[in-house]
Amino acid sequence: MRRHSNMLAKRVIPCLDVTAGRVVKGINFVGLRDAGDPVEIARRYDEQGADELTFLDITASSDQRDIILGIIEQVASQVFIPLTVGGGVRKVEDVRRLLNAGADKISINTSAVQNPPLVAEASGRYGAQCIVVAIDAKQVAPGRWSVFTHGGRNDTGMDAVGWAREVERLGAGEILLTSMDRDGTRHGFDLGLTRAVADAVSVPVIASGGVGNLDHLADGVLQGRADAVLAASIFHYGEYTVGQAKARMAERGIEVRQ
Amino acid sequence: MQTIAVIDYGMGNLRSVSKAIEHVAPADRVVVTHDPGVIAAADRVVFPGQGAMPDCMREMRASGLSEAVLAAAASKPFLGICIGMQMLFAHSAEGDTPGLAILPGEVVRFAADMHGADGARLKVPHMGWNRVRQDMAHPLWRGIADHSRFYFVHSYFPVPADAQIGAGSCDYGINFTCAVARANIFGVQFHPEKSHLAGLALFSNFVAWNP
Repeated sequence: MRRHSNMLAKRVIPCLDVTAGRVVKGINFVGLRDAGDPVEIARRYDEQGADELTFLDITASSDQRDIILGIIEQVASQVFIPLTVGGGVRKVEDVRRLLNAGADKISINTSAVQNPPLVAEASGRYGAQCIVVAIDAKQVAPGRWSVFTHGGRNDTGMDAVGWAREVERLGAGEILLTSMDRDGTRHGFDLGLTRAVADAVSVPVIASGGVGNLDHLADGVLQGRADAVLAASIFHYGEYTVGQAKARMAERGIEVRQ
Repeated sequence: MQTIAVIDYGMGNLRSVSKAIEHVAPADRVVVTHDPGVIAAADRVVFPGQGAMPDCMREMRASGLSEAVLAAAASKPFLGICIGMQMLFAHSAEGDTPGLAILPGEVVRFAADMHGADGARLKVPHMGWNRVRQDMAHPLWRGIADHSRFYFVHSYFPVPADAQIGAGSCDYGINFTCAVARANIFGVQFHPEKSHLAGLALFSNFVAWNP
């Protein structure tokens, strides 16, 4: 094995769950708490040194879907870092509209499971670099995780590691991996899951779900081998800044952009 | 007031590029255009690109814009970004695609089996913030610290036949050229429109550049 220098920074990605034009955060989609205006929050994280931003549209009704387009347009004209948008993406037309609004990457979750050719079609048309497949996984046995859809309600019975390999083959340029067991618990990432997926695919993996402190972020990289770490609530309520997160990661020997 | 043309040949979203230039040049006119006349009349030209080079070259030829790009690259401040920069070269290994051959050299892919110093596999595409070493003094680097980080997302990179045009390089498995410069042409593999303050500084330098 040849070994090379690698100065590529591990990325810190604040996640904004958006519904009805507001950023919210709850535990397992229950008890949503208002965290503020998405454009204002995006600007704050940009100033703090966020490497990317992820917006998840958790709006339940389809007639409110267009609200996210306006938000992305506003953010993209003020914030010059990569923007990922997911939630309710069902057709290639949805991908096109979000890209045209200013998104750089589109995250596909439930629809990738229900309609895998969507991933291949979107990737073929717009490039793998802008297609992220989001995988929500729950542990079902030691060393085994199952893929869930519909915000963690439906068990597909599919193996998460196998599904990660499959979406890479279909053309996903990145995988956003969320542990449904850990999401909202603040107990840290599911490091076993993260490592199993990160070692199985050659595209970057973003660890998500469960961050409660800054060491959890570093653990996701060092033990989970994630290429990027995503968190929401630790940043939303002013508990930690993105800058503090990077400082802690750097202290633990991780290459970050500061 | 000057006019900066962002060339639109149908390969996706150019909003980020135009917004970033508008942000640093609020008094100038930024036009996203597929009109050869507008490109010919512009004071400066930005040639972006994303996705795959075979698709970009096909759309370029279908749009009839190749001549306008060749003329602009021969005459006025010209900035190629990502695939827009790759297309300036003679050939790409991606789909065995001929380029515009404005610059000598070819575009090649990262090896599939690269590993970092910690033994972990280096993922392709090369995605994220990496350090750029400035290999020549150039007006477009003005005010940007050497080794600043820029945002990359790509699997292919240029290998110029003429080492003199290398303006910047980056380490990812190997040391590769990530910025090129010759006369009125500057090209970058990274995305200045997504590279926060360093990227905005590069655009700001471009709109003030008088080669």
